[in-house]
Amino acid sequence: MIESLSPRLALLVPEMTLFVGAVVVAVLGLSKQRSVREALPFITCAALIASIVAVPFTWTDDNAQGAHLLLPMLGRFVKPLLAAMGVWLVLLSVGSVDRRMEELIARGRQPFDAQKVARGEYYAFFLLSLMGAMLLCNAHDLIWLFLAIELVSLPTYIMVAVGGNGSRPQEAAVKYFFLGAMSTAVFLYGFALLYGSTGSLELLVIRDSLATQAAGNGIDSLATIGIVLILLGLCFKITAVPMHFYAPDVYEGAPTHVTAFLSFVPKTAGFTALVLILTCVGWTGHALIAPDGVRVQYLGLPTPISAILWMIAVLTMTLGNLGALLQTSVKRMLAYSSIAHSGYLVLGLIAGAGAGIDALYLYLVAYGVMTIATFAALAAIERRGEEINSFSDLAGLRVRHPAMAWVIALCALSLVGMPPFIGFFGKIYLFIAAFEANQLGLVIAAVLNSAVSGLYYLRLALVPLVSPPSARSQEVTRVPSRWPQTAAIVCGVATIALSAAVGVLLQAVRTSTDSASASASHTSHSNHP
Amino acid sequence: MELIWLSIIIPVLTAGVIAISPSKHARNTAFAGSLLSLAALALFAWNFPAWKAGTYFPMTAGAHWVHGAGVSLSVGFDTVSLLLALLTAFLMPLCILGSFTAITDRVKEFYGWFLVLGSSILLAFAARDAILFYIGYEFTLVPMTLIVAIYGGTERRVAAIKMFLYTFLGSMFMLAALLYVGWEHRIASGAWNFDIDALTATAVRLPSATQYWLFAALMIGFAVKVPLFPLHTWLPLAHDQAPTAGSVILASALLKLGTYGNYRFALPMAPAGGAELMNVVAVLSIIAIIYASLICWVQTDAKKLIAYSSIAHLGLCMLGLFALNPMGAEGAVFYMVNHGLSTGALFLCIGMFYERYHTKDTDVLGGLAKRMPVWSCFMVFFTLASIGLPGLNGFVGEFLCLGGTFIAEHDANSGYPGVLGPWYAIVAGLGLIFAAMYLLILLGKIVWGPLREPHGDVSHGSHAAAPALPSDLGLREIAVLMPIAIACLWLGVQPKPMLDAISPCAQRMLVNYPAQVERVMAESIPVAPTPVITSMKTTLKVP
Repeated sequence: MIESLSPRLALLVPEMTLFVGAVVVAVLGLSKQRSVREALPFITCAALIASIVAVPFTWTDDNAQGAHLLLPMLGRFVKPLLAAMGVWLVLLSVGSVDRRMEELIARGRQPFDAQKVARGEYYAFFLLSLMGAMLLCNAHDLIWLFLAIELVSLPTYIMVAVGGNGSRPQEAAVKYFFLGAMSTAVFLYGFALLYGSTGSLELLVIRDSLATQAAGNGIDSLATIGIVLILLGLCFKITAVPMHFYAPDVYEGAPTHVTAFLSFVPKTAGFTALVLILTCVGWTGHALIAPDGVRVQYLGLPTPISAILWMIAVLTMTLGNLGALLQTSVKRMLAYSSIAHSGYLVLGLIAGAGAGIDALYLYLVAYGVMTIATFAALAAIERRGEEINSFSDLAGLRVRHPAMAWVIALCALSLVGMPPFIGFFGKIYLFIAAFEANQLGLVIAAVLNSAVSGLYYLRLALVPLVSPPSARSQEVTRVPSRWPQTAAIVCGVATIALSAAVGVLLQAVRTSTDSASASASHTSHSNHP
Repeated sequence: MELIWLSIIIPVLTAGVIAISPSKHARNTAFAGSLLSLAALALFAWNFPAWKAGTYFPMTAGAHWVHGAGVSLSVGFDTVSLLLALLTAFLMPLCILGSFTAITDRVKEFYGWFLVLGSSILLAFAARDAILFYIGYEFTLVPMTLIVAIYGGTERRVAAIKMFLYTFLGSMFMLAALLYVGWEHRIASGAWNFDIDALTATAVRLPSATQYWLFAALMIGFAVKVPLFPLHTWLPLAHDQAPTAGSVILASALLKLGTYGNYRFALPMAPAGGAELMNVVAVLSIIAIIYASLICWVQTDAKKLIAYSSIAHLGLCMLGLFALNPMGAEGAVFYMVNHGLSTGALFLCIGMFYERYHTKDTDVLGGLAKRMPVWSCFMVFFTLASIGLPGLNGFVGEFLCLGGTFIAEHDANSGYPGVLGPWYAIVAGLGLIFAAMYLLILLGKIVWGPLREPHGDVSHGSHAAAPALPSDLGLREIAVLMPIAIACLWLGVQPKPMLDAISPCAQRMLVNYPAQVERVMAESIPVAPTPVITSMKTTLKVP
């Protein structure tokens, strides 16, 4: 038992680092010295960087093989990705957390309380949520998977509520919480059905059991319904169609730095969970071993599951793009755009093992960089102490804040998939993957949707650069802290710089999933000698 | 290969230098940078060994950008792409020189974007990798949209957005088609590779139904850019609103990306599709010629007139290309270069009087020969070149395009059968007569006749922002127009070397066509006499 435990523990070192970081941050947040409290975001960053450093040392081949994971090398890519994006997400919230509280005090809506002016709990919850997303990579059974997903979500409900003042964040938090709880119930029910059908909670056993079913009379209806429910429940995390309704309200209501977090971390976690569940089901000939050990030729996901994913993909991208066309609020528009991008990402899930998953993670990197840069640019400016909301706030931004105007414009072009920005490469690998999976129809749907998305992204690019400054945008000022601006510029440059390194990036993704399938077949052989 | 990259990179670097240096140096820096880029490309062309080979040079493939996905940094030219790249690089410094006084606001950004636009176009012409081509092709939209949207006329936002959306939608289809061919190549060879030659070799072996769709998808992308008849509506607005330099580069280089795309991708990759759809494209081209010419006839805005004439001229160019014989294809390529020269020069001329009078309305303005004799000389010269006066450059291309169309018959003895033939040529020829009419009417209105100037004579520097311009062209403006005039004259008198150089490329592009066209004709010949009329009568009787 000890032998089987220790590699698993070793794989958890990054999460432990984050947990220690969360505790330290929460405790230091109570310090009486302001300088200590102001150092909190940087301590958070230090914890994140430490966890990035820890990954290559702890996530070795031996440890990964010993842990009996479904995708043994996945964490080697996903954990540093989450932590690296986390660093920028922290920097973009520097200052804004305390500032909102200070405003409340200044307006007399809150008695002055030295303990509260700089708060540790935001950063502690931040780290805990990231930790949950990282833990997903280590999931080897359904219970772990469930707990990890919930660990991602629970802190975010609180982050939405405490990150800002006024009633809107609270309303958003309540909405987010109740719908989130419902989605949790849905996919937990799916887990139960899956357990009922396969008789095990272990992902590896479930995979083999489903493979056996598939080789016989096909996956039975209990398991199919279970998987469909899991998909629908996870659609909440990835803001995909049947569960996307909350996104515009929550994204708009939450403070910008939390919105940036919501648009990346739960989405990455949701897609990682979907990848794990669908790996259990198996794509083309992948992990399909009949009881007699013969590999079964089997094309794509089972029909009901792939049909549902197909609908989710097409509806998500279409409704997201059409919704975004109609918005006048920048954050609402970005919420719909985030929905649309989830639709593109589902293409990767349908395309499946190998190219599809690689393309999905590459696109997540691209999407993360572009979205975080956009939100960072929005968080770096304010109008009369309030967040930027309408397009007219951004009109002619380049006159007073050229750097932020350029970042927003570059990111908009990258989001639409304009070469040579990283969004373009993300998109073509998704298309390539969809071609490999013989999904011509999906490619055409995505192409048409990209064209539609040009309409509103072009607006986002042109308004700050071209429009004459409006009366509203004259009052736009930079927030006191310089860090959000720094995060915006770094991520904005990354949208170009990463496309030069896209080969390296793709290689990194590929090794993390290639060795996965190789060792997956290795472990399954050991299960079925 | 280094020289090619140098000519592409120099403008971008210059744009970087402009961004960090004070704006009073911007225009000179930009001019120097574009000259350097031209020099690098000219040096490459001087040593270009493949003028008459019809193949790419350099032959070696470039470094891989993305391992495993086959995207490589291969650049190289064949004669056609080199000519078009030279045209672009040649016009860049002239456009910059021509903008010295026209651009007074946000100067640094203008020259920066303009240089980036130049690089992007050069990259598209130089690319030997389909994805690299797409990057250059698509990225041209960003600087062009910004140039129109920031520096354009009163409707600049609408014009910029319309241009962006039309082209973006079209090129998404093109991208999907290119990726599809890449996928077929991967199935055939086991590895991703987007080398254009390799893709072409794969694509021509696809079944004809697939090629049909492939051709249609590629054609949508390129037809928007050309622009072909029903998809042309973005162009007049964009031309009208763009600043002079933007109009010039739009007409001379960007539209050529569309015809070049047909030459490089649509026609050679999907010959079966091309053979089946050639009469559709030809009919659309002829509609474009006639329709745009008729619009020109009633147009009073000089710049819009040239924009519509551009549609008509490119319709002729497409017609030559889709005659699918060497004569038409040579003519089309030759015409691409010459249309770039003469129309670009016309836009420059119009920009010059617009800078002085702030109007392009030919009802308000006229008889400028008295006020601006030097300008009038150039204007007449370039208009005649555009009409296709024998001895000037436009004539050769037009003649070859029409000739190619004329001989593209079922039983052509050139060995290249086609479905067009004399009637097509005659109808398209009407377009040339129209062209002579509307362009000469334009000349008659603004050059000759009694002097008419807008009220409140703005010709003498009353416009506060612009520095006072001489009433006729200054030395700088003459220096802009003179090189183009020389090129027009030289190409009109001496077209042979260039045509000889284009010929092998044209033949290489058409290598699959005679067989395909014959197949399509064999399939369509047994046409039963369709009793359309009788059946209509019977259905009419029923109620």
